[in-house]
Amino acid sequence: MTITEKEQGLIDSFSIYDDWMDKYEYIIELGKDLPLISEDQKTDENIIKGCQSTVWLAAEKREDKIIFTADADAIIAKGIIAILIEVMSNESPDTIINAKLDFLKEIGLQEHLSPTRSNGLVAMVKQMKMYALALKMK
Amino acid sequence: MTLDISAIRKEFPILKTSIGKYPLIYFDNGATAQKPQAVIDCINQYYQAENANIHRGVHHLSQLATEKYEAARGVIKSYINAAHDYEVIFTKGTTDGINLVAQSFGKLLQPGDEILISQMEHHSNIVPWQMIAEERGLQLRYIPINERGELDLTTIDELINNNTKIVAITHISNALGTINPIEEIIEKSHKVGAKVLIDAAQSLQHTTVDVQKIDCDFLVFSGHKIFGPTGVGILYGKEDVLNQMPPYQGGGDMIKTVTLEKTTYNNLPHKFEAGTPNIVGGIGLGKAIEWLSQFDLEAIAQYEQELLDYATEKLLKIEGLKIFGTSAKKCATISFLIDNTHPYDVGTLLNQQGIAVRTGHHCTQPIMDFYKIPGTIRASFSFYNTKEEIDLFIGALNKAVMMLK
Ligand SMILES: Cc1ncc(COP(=O)(O)O)c(C=O)c1O
Repeated sequence: MTITEKEQGLIDSFSIYDDWMDKYEYIIELGKDLPLISEDQKTDENIIKGCQSTVWLAAEKREDKIIFTADADAIIAKGIIAILIEVMSNESPDTIINAKLDFLKEIGLQEHLSPTRSNGLVAMVKQMKMYALALKMK
Repeated sequence: MTLDISAIRKEFPILKTSIGKYPLIYFDNGATAQKPQAVIDCINQYYQAENANIHRGVHHLSQLATEKYEAARGVIKSYINAAHDYEVIFTKGTTDGINLVAQSFGKLLQPGDEILISQMEHHSNIVPWQMIAEERGLQLRYIPINERGELDLTTIDELINNNTKIVAITHISNALGTINPIEEIIEKSHKVGAKVLIDAAQSLQHTTVDVQKIDCDFLVFSGHKIFGPTGVGILYGKEDVLNQMPPYQGGGDMIKTVTLEKTTYNNLPHKFEAGTPNIVGGIGLGKAIEWLSQFDLEAIAQYEQELLDYATEKLLKIEGLKIFGTSAKKCATISFLIDNTHPYDVGTLLNQQGIAVRTGHHCTQPIMDFYKIPGTIRASFSFYNTKEEIDLFIGALNKAVMMLK
């Protein structure tokens, strides 16, 4: 699946729900499938700065693709990082660096997250791109 | 006098807001209060018909603006029962007032002198003291708190000693709701000759404070928490103490004469009011206090106590819910956590249901460190809130918890 197809898949899934509480329920559900970061990688360096809750993110390169793992102490943050990972993981560094992630606007995540958490979303995306950039050089 | 809550609610246009399909329930009054139409109209009227700089012009508008600004000072003086108008100094807010006192009064202190604060202070009543303490080699000490979130006064007679020069204490805790025994602390402090600053940011909107009766040396508060505009606040100070203190900022208005070599300073209150002030803010704050004063403050306190008791009882029925701040003397603020849920998750899901609460450390990290928690969810009520809103809040909270567990 291309990144665009994955984004479209999420847009389709979210379009089923009219009510924002239902969308949150779905976000929480997605968090349960998050590929978890290993306990020994839950270090201070792996904490994403700029989130109200604690979110850990790690990345590694397998063949030419980047694989992300993460965890969070808040359930909604966990769901959001899971959504980002579903789209961005298992892609090439360049695809990740250039990803526009327009689907976030379409599923309404950007506008519906409180300003502080929305900053958290921005911080998550930024951190993923930084990892991609760093691993591209390796 | 009884309060007609539904009539009072109608005076606040913002309370008609909807968040998606839910009516707004505003329980973040500790952060800032909403503004009644009277205050909004007063601000509009000022810019539409009265705007001019004050204390400077001979022309009609300047005199009108000056009169209104000074009249506002008079309203505030009466509300806190200061002895003189000139003991009421306009500031940007609580934070600004504390910085003024810390920097100016602090210059009178010598290395080894002690400043006493408490473990439940807002960062605004910690950091300015840390800064001046470091600058001048002063000792900063604090009164600890107990499990109930009250000041632990067992060591107070050692903490307030002959080296203590200033005690800066909050009247009511913004994070816990605790009402502190400020009169007792003021009396003890005065026995050793220490001055006392009361942080009244959370108190004047809930209860009256008579500065002459409690005999504090300084009292600070913010306009925006007492139904007035943002960016304006008050520092009350006793005349003789203010006169001993050097100016805080230099500029226009605070001078008597300026030559390039030497400046002589203006009298109180202007000595501490450098530059063009927040004129509309001052006038708006006067209006807010005038508006608030039409009600029986006792009745407001009693009604808010009812809201507090009602909400506390309902909240405690939620499994795993723990309240931080369980003093018998509290204002209508409830900080809580629910087992196995993160405060940000709860806050987000409440927000989705139209309910505004605050989550986080509430600018009181030492309190969070004391309880070893990252933060809480805080619901803080004002007298325009209702039991029906509390019922909706409890329903929304139960729904959030169900989704998160
Ligand atoms: C107890 C207390 N002190 C000080 C402040 C700071 O007030 P401001 O931000 O208006 O200067 C607050 C506001 O949250 C407060 O609750």
